[in-house]
Amino acid sequence: MTTPTTDIATDRNVRPVSDNRRKILEATMKRFQYQGDALIEVLHKAQELYGFLSPELLSEVAQRLRLPPSRVYGVATFYHFFSLVPQGEHSCTVCLGTACYVRGAAHLLHDLETLSGVKAGHTSSDGRFSLLTARCLGACGIAPAVVLDGEVIGHADCSDLTARIQKLLGREE
Amino acid sequence: MGLTEHIVMRELDIPDISDFAVYRRHGGWEAYRYALTEKTPADIVQMVKDSGLRGRGGAGFPTGVKWGFLPKGVYPRYLLCNCDESEPGTFNNHQIIDKNPHQLIEGVALSAYAIEANVAYIYMRGEFAAAARTLERAIAQAYEAGFLGKNILGTGFDLDIYVHRGAGAYICGEETALMESLEGKIGQPRLKPPFPAVAGLYGKPTIINNVETLANVPRIVEKGVAWYRSHGTEKSPGTKCFSLSGHVNRPGNYELPFGVPLRELIESPEYGGGMKGGRPVKIIIPGGASAPWLTADHLDIPLDYESLAAAGSMLGSGGVIVLNDTVSAPYVAYKMDEFFKHESCGKCTPCREGTHWLVRTLHRMVEEGHATAADIDTLHSIYRQMAGNCFCLLGESAVMPIKSALQLFPHEFEALVKRSSSRNGHQIPLIVRH
Repeated sequence: MTTPTTDIATDRNVRPVSDNRRKILEATMKRFQYQGDALIEVLHKAQELYGFLSPELLSEVAQRLRLPPSRVYGVATFYHFFSLVPQGEHSCTVCLGTACYVRGAAHLLHDLETLSGVKAGHTSSDGRFSLLTARCLGACGIAPAVVLDGEVIGHADCSDLTARIQKLLGREE
Repeated sequence: MGLTEHIVMRELDIPDISDFAVYRRHGGWEAYRYALTEKTPADIVQMVKDSGLRGRGGAGFPTGVKWGFLPKGVYPRYLLCNCDESEPGTFNNHQIIDKNPHQLIEGVALSAYAIEANVAYIYMRGEFAAAARTLERAIAQAYEAGFLGKNILGTGFDLDIYVHRGAGAYICGEETALMESLEGKIGQPRLKPPFPAVAGLYGKPTIINNVETLANVPRIVEKGVAWYRSHGTEKSPGTKCFSLSGHVNRPGNYELPFGVPLRELIESPEYGGGMKGGRPVKIIIPGGASAPWLTADHLDIPLDYESLAAAGSMLGSGGVIVLNDTVSAPYVAYKMDEFFKHESCGKCTPCREGTHWLVRTLHRMVEEGHATAADIDTLHSIYRQMAGNCFCLLGESAVMPIKSALQLFPHEFEALVKRSSSRNGHQIPLIVRH
């Protein structure tokens, strides 16, 4: 991995004016006394601040926690929660667990793909919307379940969901 | 109906039970206070041993016996609470935490006292961000009230409880993988022995218990062994929170004493309320995705560890998925093994390669409509090579869906082959619209 540049975020998330995300991340690492075993907490914080884990960000974390970059990269790619690519501003995660599947999750996903024009696991070209899938969210009692911007929606229905997504994207029809 | 008194989910209906003061008013934290001031740790271990409490995470190992494996005089010790709840079809742990976090925290604190641990970690599944916040708030209240921290209630007992968020990996529900993850590493399982009780977290003696198991402990201490054993069966005392899902009218969490027939859980208007649209039961997966399948012939089996084991399945996590006759058995096996392939940690070859080839073969058969008789032999061959050869239980679990499907519904695989040859390999829709 390359040496970090002056600003650890080099993507479109960059907010040069009054960007104190780095300070917050530093404070988190300090709270854990820069211990390597806090890596997962630190990555959680980093992703919360920056939206995703860029190579530069991972490299920075590796240096500060005195861990080999391979270890940090390994952990960041092992856990599904961490994303190494930017996510859309809004996201919709469709659960494809067994209980959701038998209650029609596959059709729901298919319909959402068709309606949004975004393939599962991808983000729209304008970076505004990601359509994601999950392997059992533990919401089997309200199957099919989706998570729309962090909110769990049970008994998901395609037309209702599409309306909510349109509203989020400011494209009310 | 109130077949039985609830033990774990007893207070979920009380408004604001998640608040310390409300929980305390309903007798909460009293078992803990009693234990600390009037009982020795050994007394509590003996009580839990006598109660016959068995681990609710899946294996059903007697909790008190597990606690007894700690080597004498070796400190520090750690208590880990496994709330990684990721088994497909299982969703009771986070309901317990969402609604009544203090019951779990009291259980953790009481168990930590019993095993003489001064630090306890609650490992939360990464997706349970809201539940983690609920727990943290409740823990802060317990510190404020003097039930956690230094020199608790003037007894000299110190205890700190930390909540750790996972980051989305099914394998971290495996106890040694959970410890690796807690140490900030990739969640791959460790070789056993040494067992966690001897060398666990940071190489120290560690006890790891499931949320539901620990939530039982305050009630055992409060009401006594005889009361606890008056619920359930001789070998499986107490109750179990079953997570019911699939084609039933009323999916949800239901706490039942062990030994209630499966039929009652599915059909009673108090619980499952029967099958949706009155369709017949085809497949029952009684203990999360890792449990071998049952069929409608098994509806009268009592739900306890021994009876399900005798029927060739397992009680597992208590996640009961009921499927009706509209589902295709090969397709369900395909979807479930896709989960295991996705979650395989990659450490051992039989699991990593086995799940990959199972899914690849099944994908071709059920999704693409190219199935040959040789594929059926291949599936048999793959799962036989996996069974008993995987490093941990994830790989062994991945065997269950395909083995069950092949054994219980061989004709459906044969039909795939037949249709494939007659239609010259065109895709056959196997998904039934509801």
